[in-house]
Amino acid sequence: MLDLSTSYLGLKLSNPLVPSASPLSKNIDSLKRMEDAGASAIVMYSLFEEQINQESHELDHFLTYGTESFAEALSYFPEPSEYNLTPDKYLEHIRKAKASVKIPIIGSLNGVSTGGWIKYAKLIEEAGADALELNIYFIPTDPFMPSNAIELAYFDLVKDVKRSVNVPVAVKLSPYFTNMAHMARRLDEAGADALVLFNRFYQPDIDLENLEVVPRAALSTANTPQAMRLPLTWIALLYGRIKAAMALTSGVHTAEDAIKGLMVGARVTMMASELLLNGVGRIADIRADMLRWMEEHEYESVTQMCGSMSQKSVRSPAAFERAHYMRAITQFEMPRG
Amino acid sequence: MVTIDGNEAAARVAYKLSEVIAIYPITPSSPMGEWADQWASEGKKNLWGTAPLVQEMQSEGGAAGAVHGALQTGSLTTTFTASQGLLLMIPNMYKIAGELTSAVFHVSARSLAAQALSIFGDHSDVMATRATGWALLCSNSVQEVADMALIAHASTLEARVPFMHFFDGFRTSHEVAKIEELADEDIRAMTDDGLVHAHRARGLSPDHPVMRGAAQNPDVYFQGRETVNPYYKVCPAIVQNAMDKFAELTGRQYHLFDYYGAADAERVIVIMGSGAETTQETVEALLPNGEKVGVVKVRLYRPFAVEHFVRALPPTVKSIAVLDRCKEPGSAGEPLYQDVVTACAESAASGAMAAMPRIIGGRYGLSSKEFTPGMVKAVFDELSKAKPKNHFTVGITDDVTHTSLDYHPLFSVESPDTVRALFYGLGSDGTVGANKNSIKIIGEDTDNYAQGYFVYDSKKSGSVTVSHLRFGPKPIRSAYLISSANFVACHQFNFLERFDMLQRAAQGAVFLLNSPYPAHDVWEQLPRKVQEQIIAKKIRFYVIDGYKVARDTGMGGRVNTIMQTCFFAISGVLPREEAIEAIRHSIEKTYGKRGEMIVLRNFDAVNQTLHYLKEVEVPHLVTSAIEMRSPVPAQAPEFVQKVTAKMIAGTGDDLPVSAMPVDGTYPTATSQWEKRNIALEIPVWDADICIQCGKCVLVCPHAVIREKVYEAKYLENAPPKLKSTAARWKEFSEWRYTLQVAPEDCTGCALCVEACPAKNKSETRLKAINMMPQLPLRDSERANWEYFLAIPEVDRRVLHLNSVKDSQLLRPLFEFSGACAGCGETPYLKLLSQLFGDRTVIANATGCSSIYGGNLPTTPWSQNNEGRGPAWANSLFEDNAEFGLGFRLTLDKQIEFARELVTQLADQIGGDLAQALLNADQSTEAGIHDQRERVTELKKRLEAVTSPDLRSPATNLLSLADTLAKKCVWIVGGDGWAYDIGYGGLDHVLASGRNVNVLVLDTEVYSNTGGQASKSTPRAAVAKFAAGGKGLPKKGLGSLAMSYGNVYVASVAMGANDAQTIHAFLEAEAYNGPSIIIAYSHCAMHGYDLRYGLDQQKKAVQTGYWPLYRFNPDRAKDGHNPFTLDSKPPSMPLEKYVYNETRFRMLTQINEGEAERLLKLAQDDVNQRWKQYEQLAGLNGG
Repeated sequence: MLDLSTSYLGLKLSNPLVPSASPLSKNIDSLKRMEDAGASAIVMYSLFEEQINQESHELDHFLTYGTESFAEALSYFPEPSEYNLTPDKYLEHIRKAKASVKIPIIGSLNGVSTGGWIKYAKLIEEAGADALELNIYFIPTDPFMPSNAIELAYFDLVKDVKRSVNVPVAVKLSPYFTNMAHMARRLDEAGADALVLFNRFYQPDIDLENLEVVPRAALSTANTPQAMRLPLTWIALLYGRIKAAMALTSGVHTAEDAIKGLMVGARVTMMASELLLNGVGRIADIRADMLRWMEEHEYESVTQMCGSMSQKSVRSPAAFERAHYMRAITQFEMPRG
Repeated sequence: MVTIDGNEAAARVAYKLSEVIAIYPITPSSPMGEWADQWASEGKKNLWGTAPLVQEMQSEGGAAGAVHGALQTGSLTTTFTASQGLLLMIPNMYKIAGELTSAVFHVSARSLAAQALSIFGDHSDVMATRATGWALLCSNSVQEVADMALIAHASTLEARVPFMHFFDGFRTSHEVAKIEELADEDIRAMTDDGLVHAHRARGLSPDHPVMRGAAQNPDVYFQGRETVNPYYKVCPAIVQNAMDKFAELTGRQYHLFDYYGAADAERVIVIMGSGAETTQETVEALLPNGEKVGVVKVRLYRPFAVEHFVRALPPTVKSIAVLDRCKEPGSAGEPLYQDVVTACAESAASGAMAAMPRIIGGRYGLSSKEFTPGMVKAVFDELSKAKPKNHFTVGITDDVTHTSLDYHPLFSVESPDTVRALFYGLGSDGTVGANKNSIKIIGEDTDNYAQGYFVYDSKKSGSVTVSHLRFGPKPIRSAYLISSANFVACHQFNFLERFDMLQRAAQGAVFLLNSPYPAHDVWEQLPRKVQEQIIAKKIRFYVIDGYKVARDTGMGGRVNTIMQTCFFAISGVLPREEAIEAIRHSIEKTYGKRGEMIVLRNFDAVNQTLHYLKEVEVPHLVTSAIEMRSPVPAQAPEFVQKVTAKMIAGTGDDLPVSAMPVDGTYPTATSQWEKRNIALEIPVWDADICIQCGKCVLVCPHAVIREKVYEAKYLENAPPKLKSTAARWKEFSEWRYTLQVAPEDCTGCALCVEACPAKNKSETRLKAINMMPQLPLRDSERANWEYFLAIPEVDRRVLHLNSVKDSQLLRPLFEFSGACAGCGETPYLKLLSQLFGDRTVIANATGCSSIYGGNLPTTPWSQNNEGRGPAWANSLFEDNAEFGLGFRLTLDKQIEFARELVTQLADQIGGDLAQALLNADQSTEAGIHDQRERVTELKKRLEAVTSPDLRSPATNLLSLADTLAKKCVWIVGGDGWAYDIGYGGLDHVLASGRNVNVLVLDTEVYSNTGGQASKSTPRAAVAKFAAGGKGLPKKGLGSLAMSYGNVYVASVAMGANDAQTIHAFLEAEAYNGPSIIIAYSHCAMHGYDLRYGLDQQKKAVQTGYWPLYRFNPDRAKDGHNPFTLDSKPPSMPLEKYVYNETRFRMLTQINEGEAERLLKLAQDDVNQRWKQYEQLAGLNGG
């Protein structure tokens, strides 16, 4: 019997296929369908502190706007005794999710203030999440902000949150650090139980007709295999060098992609684009394909393959470093015609 | 103790004691219905543990009908209304009383529309119902509203006489006061369940069938009418018993007539309502001087208990003044006066009274006119005279029929213990909200009594508010504005040159100013008059840069919390730390449910405020040369100078009767004189980028951005900064083009910038118009604007009116209204005025459009250089279609008669001219122009007709000649009118076949009264009266109108397709029959930044929510399909449109599951409607 089980964030998972934070986790029905398709855990969509603030601001602004000005219309809306705003809804959703599915639920949080991170981390824990993923989605744009300040902020944040909650904490971050390996080690020191590599930043597009900057969904597809190369490389490089477990996210569309991720050292491989594009049933397909592949290649377990292609395990460790890069470009041939 | 307003006090009791509540919005009673609806949506229980069923109706007439039905089937039923609403209930009130039905209406008494509408308080409405057979019970204060509400509900069950419980609109309905809350056990103790069961048992049921509402004949009707007498006889005693029982429970003793004053009083005022409190306060002050005066406060006005009344009078009374807060023209005296005269005469005749006192009657306080101790004193003084004036007025100067009493405006009886504070703010800076909180803090955290009353603006943008707060150790009976304040706060620096607020500052008062200038610089920035008063009155002067604190703490333009903190810090009403803690508590209570961030932001503002609050060392010398601003410019016409200017300056109370038009007729084109300067930023034109499309001009809600093409010679004396460029018109290729902004009339909404399609190619954030700070531009742009106005208008005849570009060269005859910044309605009215304004009569339903169109002091309806322009009138809310049809009937008849006379007088006026007049083609601007010239010629020739036989028809034709030039009728109103209260009439008018044009400004809520749901409100939206989200879809008004087949119908959304909008207007007017245009009007009640209103209109169309179409019966005549679907199939889901708006988003925050369910249904609505329209569009005509 092939063993697909793995462990991640202290959780014993039946397989390494975990849907990452996406709108798919917004309703219970789709959570159940992901469980049925074989997802071993689910990362919930992110609770954005900025969104909470924005929502409060908008609600306050529009409930206040125009009020107490004109004698006949002293307010514009009924004001109920209470609102069910984003944090409450999110926490309620986690509670419902826990009650509805048996697989672990990983809360996901994107904060802006230290207080916000800690407060909501605690609330998500209290709501019953099995673990927490800190989705640090911070794009430094201030030219006067030095890199060490940013790194320190990440470090402090993880330390503060770890101190505040008891559930395991994963950190999802971008690759844009001067020395990613150093950053990974620092987060390790700060107590991160896992690193989720990598977050993709919002990169807007230009609408030439209307001369406007427009948001574009940054979904990867099976035709963009380069999407997973970056995390693949870094997981390979970091495997065995940090205590934290690693999850690979970005560009996983097939069983082969997942297997590659596991082989470089990921404990789990996460998917969103594939499920959004082709349905949550793809989890079952990929799981079946994985089993088939393992059988064909005579692998017994996921544990067996985990890290087998990491930098420290491969025959040529330099393949993951600059020497390999040199080879890649010298062997590249210009397309003809 | 609770600190609430009169409306809430009434609603609390009514809700507790009702099973069915029928509601309909009308100022100032709407909040009672809103409370009831909200409590019901939250499942709040009544006294018997079940939530009342709250039903919005289509009108007050409908509400009364539903109430009648619910009562007849045994429910404890109530409703809330005022003014015209109460008038609509009268037929049912006769029925309800005739059938001896226990019921209570709660009425915030309001003026009736006569020479003009007024939303403010008096007893005209209540008095109009006094013959219905209802008991009328009056409350004089907020405390009494709660108390009398309960007494009314308790009494009606026993008496079986229905009760109207009323109190003064605004003065009591909107006054916030600290009152004793009625405990549930007291309400329970006052309510006899046996009587409730008896009421229920009288209900109609097939299980014990009876019939009511029979038709009776002369043989028995009279006797039947007399059967009720015993019930009316015992009713006063029942009420008094209830009052006595209430006193046992609460300690507050009332009587049917309460006397206060000297035991040996000789002069007595009889009065009811809030004025009675002021009268008592004045009597209290006069008694220590030995004045033999007193007041009888009438509580139960109907049934009028003569014996109780006479017993209430001191036996020593020699003269009585009866004060009525209403007017009955042509009567022998106002109602209360007549009742008192009758009561005294009967009693004197029967011996129940020793002697007949002298009785005079007077009117006071109409439309919330101030009623002050000075006026009370004047009435007592009048009673002392040998020949006192009867049928007098007090509070105005009547220099026509000389009814008014002189009074001393500065006479004051206010207790020195009472602190009086005045706050001048903008609606948008949150001043009133903060003061309501302050009143609650003082009321609930101290032993002080507290009172708050708020004066609002009649403008919906840039509104000024004045808050009047009193607090002190003694009960506050002062039901009038503060005229001598210990504390004056000015929350907007620029108010200093507009309002003489320190005129109301007492000697040694405190003045708090929100100032962009620091304490050491501010003095030089003050107007001279302000400096003079600060010095003369020895005023302590504090400043704070509230806007800096607001900016620093993320409060935006809301300085409310900041100024509130200053007030507490300076006034010392509470120890500073205690006050800060109370403010923080109040912030948590007010904002907590909106999210922690809002609370923290306010906390931050409180913390930072004290650091910036500084006392100014007041110099001894007046140094300023800054004068107060004149309300209107010197070139304004005489009426505007003499009358309008006073209203603008806030001194309209000083205008004498002779200054007022006798019949409510006012000049148009007056808004141009009221320069409000409310925009912080105004649009600035970049001629190099502009493509001269006219879209900005089209969408401007306030007609402040305009364009002209003109010959270059007109630039010869132009101001140096006037911009001009080559005109991009084939027809005017040698001409110049200018796009000009009226800097002092702009509201800064930026809709124009959003509408502009031309972007600067080097810096795409810039367009052909961009918002820039107003102040540095004000003077130069004012000069440009004035010059621009003098450049001749282009000849209408040479324009292609069906193009947006050309149509916007037409001068708007609707300008500078008081509508909200970014209003979605007014661009349609402006377009109407551009296209047809010179030949239009407008019937305007009551609502937003009648308020920004006709609320004094000024009107935006304007005139062109020939003196032509829209003639405008508002009749009522419910009758507007019929009112407009009346215009058409007159025109049709007059045209017919004029044509008959032209035929009759053909020889005298010339056969050719007569034929030309009769056969004129007026379908084009040129045709209308030519006909007007013919009419001028006709008039000349008619003047020359001297034959005695023909003089009569000639003079008749002279007075009718103008009707021969084309006129059109536009019937304008909102969805509350068209979909609900006026629908029956609208339907009939559409079915009449007459040539009228109806414009429905569809905001999908009752915007003017604060956003109550109408039948136009879409499914899934939250509105007042639909606090839990509207569960049913919007009515298909267009489909209903189309079903007649001969009605022109168009659905338009200017922001989505401006060309289609213009086509629809032109076609509707051209169609010789009824037309209706349903115009999507974005509205502040939708809850998003209206700057993006046009974008939302696009989305409404793109999602299929608002399909654009035209149904033109004329097309069918040519064998075409009359229905044209002008929008494309839905290209995005409904949620992309709805969730940009608070009204929809809110439901996801209140009840997410319900929001999802209703959104799905709403999407189904869209899909189905689209299918229907597609089918219609696919049908072959003919």
